Amino acid sequence: MDLTLKVWRQAGPDAEGGFKTYEANGVSPEASFLEMLDQVNEKLNEAGEEPIAFDHDCREGICGMCGVMINGHPHGPQDGTATCQLHMRKFSDGDSIVIEPWRSTAMPVVRDLIVDRSPFDRIVEAGGFITINTGAAPDANMTRIPKEAADSAMDAASCIGCAACVAACPNSAANLFTAAKMQHLNLLPQGQPERYTRAVAMVETMEAYFGSCTNHGECEAACPKNISIDFIAMMNRDYVKAQFKNFARAGQA
Amino acid sequence: MTTQQRPAVRQRRRWQDWLSGFFTSSVGLKWMMALTGIGLLLYVLAHLVGNLKIFLGANEFGEYEIDLYSEALRNLGGHLVPAGSILWLFRLGLIAAFVIHIGASAILTRRNWDARGMNRYEAPRQYAAANYASRTMRWGGTIILLFLLFHLADLTLGWANPSFEHGQVFDNVLASLTRPPVAILYLIAQAALALHIFHGAWSLFQSLGSANPRYNAFRRYFAAAFASAMFLGNVAIVVAVWAGWVS
Amino acid sequence: MEEAAVTDTASPKLDARIPDGPIQDRWDNHKFDVNLVNPANKRKYEIIVVGTGLAGASAAATFGELGYNVKAFTYHDSARRAHSIAAQGGINAAKNYPNDGDSIYRLFYDTVKGGDFRARESNVYRLAQVSNAIIDQTTAQGVPFAREYGGLLDNRSFGGAQVSRTFYARGQTGQQLLLGAYHALSRQVAAGTVELHTRSEMLDVVVKDGRAVGIVVRDLVTGEVASHSAHAVVLATGGYSNVFFLSTNAMACNATAVWRAHRKGALFANPCFTQIHPTCIPASDEFQSKLTLMSESLRNDGRIWVPLDPDDRRPANDIPEDERDYYLERQYPAFGNLVPRDVASRAAMRIIDQGGGVGPLRNGVYLDFASAIERLGKNTIEERYGNLFEMYERITDEDPYEVPMRIYPAPHYTMGGLWVDYNLMTTVPGLYAVGEANFSDHGANRLGASALMQGLADGYFVLPATIGDYLSDWLNTEPVSTEDDVFVDAVAAVNERTEQFLAIGGTRSVDHFHRELGKIMIENCGLARSREGLEKAISEIKALRAEFWSDLRVLGTAENLNQSLERAGRVADFLELAELMCLDALDREESCGGHFRVEHQTEDGEARRDDENFSHVSAWEWIDVDTPQELHREPLTFEYVPPSQRSYK
Repeated sequence: MDLTLKVWRQAGPDAEGGFKTYEANGVSPEASFLEMLDQVNEKLNEAGEEPIAFDHDCREGICGMCGVMINGHPHGPQDGTATCQLHMRKFSDGDSIVIEPWRSTAMPVVRDLIVDRSPFDRIVEAGGFITINTGAAPDANMTRIPKEAADSAMDAASCIGCAACVAACPNSAANLFTAAKMQHLNLLPQGQPERYTRAVAMVETMEAYFGSCTNHGECEAACPKNISIDFIAMMNRDYVKAQFKNFARAGQA
Repeated sequence: MTTQQRPAVRQRRRWQDWLSGFFTSSVGLKWMMALTGIGLLLYVLAHLVGNLKIFLGANEFGEYEIDLYSEALRNLGGHLVPAGSILWLFRLGLIAAFVIHIGASAILTRRNWDARGMNRYEAPRQYAAANYASRTMRWGGTIILLFLLFHLADLTLGWANPSFEHGQVFDNVLASLTRPPVAILYLIAQAALALHIFHGAWSLFQSLGSANPRYNAFRRYFAAAFASAMFLGNVAIVVAVWAGWVS
Repeated sequence: MEEAAVTDTASPKLDARIPDGPIQDRWDNHKFDVNLVNPANKRKYEIIVVGTGLAGASAAATFGELGYNVKAFTYHDSARRAHSIAAQGGINAAKNYPNDGDSIYRLFYDTVKGGDFRARESNVYRLAQVSNAIIDQTTAQGVPFAREYGGLLDNRSFGGAQVSRTFYARGQTGQQLLLGAYHALSRQVAAGTVELHTRSEMLDVVVKDGRAVGIVVRDLVTGEVASHSAHAVVLATGGYSNVFFLSTNAMACNATAVWRAHRKGALFANPCFTQIHPTCIPASDEFQSKLTLMSESLRNDGRIWVPLDPDDRRPANDIPEDERDYYLERQYPAFGNLVPRDVASRAAMRIIDQGGGVGPLRNGVYLDFASAIERLGKNTIEERYGNLFEMYERITDEDPYEVPMRIYPAPHYTMGGLWVDYNLMTTVPGLYAVGEANFSDHGANRLGASALMQGLADGYFVLPATIGDYLSDWLNTEPVSTEDDVFVDAVAAVNERTEQFLAIGGTRSVDHFHRELGKIMIENCGLARSREGLEKAISEIKALRAEFWSDLRVLGTAENLNQSLERAGRVADFLELAELMCLDALDREESCGGHFRVEHQTEDGEARRDDENFSHVSAWEWIDVDTPQELHREPLTFEYVPPSQRSYK
């Protein structure tokens, strides 16, 4: 099939960017979206124009590197799919496709379709861990964890950190990411000793970069792992509770 | 690459820091918006219930029920407290709720605009979950606020109602609503209010941290039912005035 | 073809430093015998860790906890993206929670046997020993392993073992373990013990007076080339399956770090030991950029077949039962569809090579769930494999509940890597290799769910205990200054190479050369290898390399983010590594594990190992690009698991 691509090109973080239009001809419907870009790049290279830079790596929807806005859909029109898993059979011959980088102040464009997602790491560094040194752990079966809690923690933990939630949010909020990272740990017994300090530290670091949640639910719809906004509600509760909890005297459990 | 500078997370040593930290955080502000939102929802509900007394017309002494109702409101607390003081307590609470609700939303809006910055998408966004109501909260809220000011001027203070007489609620309402532009304004405002509630009454559960797969669907129904009830109830008064059901 | 120069058995370069004593006590004895760095002195040391996958992140985090000053480097934008994240199946441990007779000794035994007797017994035993601590550690970190309703950990079985010892987190075990390590690393970053450099690619190891003193790194965003010095350098940079171009590895996985280390004196062990995984989704067109793996657990319930008549073009469901060849069940009645990876892959490849493949490109075999769905019901199958079926459908647009899956063997893991001693130190003092980057524990074939185990064993438990042995010699010395000539020269060399790529100004893209290299390698150094094919491959690789250096086109500059430039360096190194792989495959005149030489097979096509002549590790020493590398041998002895022929009939 033949497609017309309108792609954001930007030479560097401080450079002026703009859209350029490319023809992608003879695209196989079996190709993935990124393979289609590979082919466009191959032709650009032949023609002497620098290839389009885009982040990608595992190409099986788990590393979280890839992610672009495709015709106004984060990760494209297919539900629960990262850009790399999107296949061209979802498009039709003659389609025009607008391809843009994620947009938010906290995640500026590095080049073309690549953005700087490092604020996510800052949020995790603020408290997205369980403080335990290597070697000090008790037997793994010492603490029993209700299956439902373990499953729910796993739902939250399946976040791939792609930032589609931020891209999709009209407020550029990172609440779904932060909530997923936080609730993964807050749902488990292992996470209880630091539950409320974690909530405060992660929320306030998040807020130093991102907008606030107005409960549109766009993040959930955009999430390639279909992570539920229930976790945002749980994060809100933990954060507010943290304000009133007497953990100086009673600990956090 | 050089990663972005880590922001300083507030250190909370003093109680003032604790207070300011909580109440300036976005999650804290949303929590406050949800709480005040509940207060305002209760208020608009009570307001509607009271207003519906207009359909009761006059009693055997020729006194309008709604006029009696407004008098009763002013005399809340009976002779235990100075006249009108309880009503004023409610009014102060309401004003506080409005100030906090609107103030918080103004702060958050400002933050969200900053977070989005000048970064617009070229292709029209294909919203999958956000609805018209959720995306127009700010504008709907502004319409409601402007309407509220007019409404106070119209039926509480009487500035915008040439035939206004204090305490004569029934006559005042009739006099005001029979003016076509005012009736239309009321209809628009009620639509804005219903939309605002349709998202707000759902959203507050999220902001307060109440989510449970068991009743998540109910949250939507609740919001829809609340919004519809408000719209139908309030619009019924306007329609009734024009249809001549109340006179 | 020149013969490789061979050093006599037991090269003095290869002192594996294996401790004495009964195998059960060796690791404990060794930990007692090695020199330690006392807690107050640890902060006087700098350690560089390259790569933040399972092995790298866990090592960097643990060093940080211990008090060392760590610099960690990743070419990704975050420490959470390494390809460890894509591991699906699980992680083995000898916990024996299911009470089915598992033990450290059995895990050790299975791993040595599964590796076809080409791994060091002592290393494998240690791996089995620390496996349990890994499960404890990761559970405490909050890794949400699957649980039973009583709240205890669940286990499942995996290929090559007769016990259930695999811990798993849905089909995303690698992701969850990596996130655990990433969280631990993030904690150290926040604590200031680890300085994390993202989007920074290591392009050379710096060696002074025979020991590793630092690395040269290119900032992938600004293009700036800088050097970093330390007391020790740890490479945790993964395997080299991408030499085949189409593999299950991520697009960026590369061998540059290990290859640069190799060129600086680190011996490269068993480069020909590569694993081809049987259950991948076949390529659908020539533009395919990678192959997607589906967990091997699919073979628990799926039946593999092809039409009896290779020219049968009917849709799978129209082919009657008696016109199907369930070839694994036919050839291996005892294990059937559950034969180990190498056997299953080879059987499929044989059929596809003979033109018996199915699918539009005739490059697959069927993996059929119809009888399992009939027997267990669709719900059970969905519970077990739902996410895999969904993934398959997304890629192929076919519903595996209705039509059989098509599968194809794909390069997946490389058992070979930098030679390391028992301390995980390479032949360059101060330079360590952990995880898939080293060669140590899997011999000639890796068992399922063992890669995660090894990466974390190295990073959390082994290296942090052994690195002090080397570091203690350098107490109160400063790392070599990056102003030193050796660093200045190394930076200049890296810059020069970068300029070279940009200056060639040819006509072909980097991907073109990578793809061509992949074709040569998969055809001649893939599942089945022959002397003739390997010799042909070596000359083709040389020709391709010459073409690469004269006809490559890399546009843009070195002063900003330039993905073609990044790939050029990686492919240039693959072009050298590929030759060594072929050389090693030529030299190893036997078939074992993932290495199958067609000259060495039994009458019914099974691998024939040669313990008399090849029970050793082949470690290759770099001379220069035009001289064949020098072979060193480390003999392998088996005191506890006597070598036997593997049979799955």
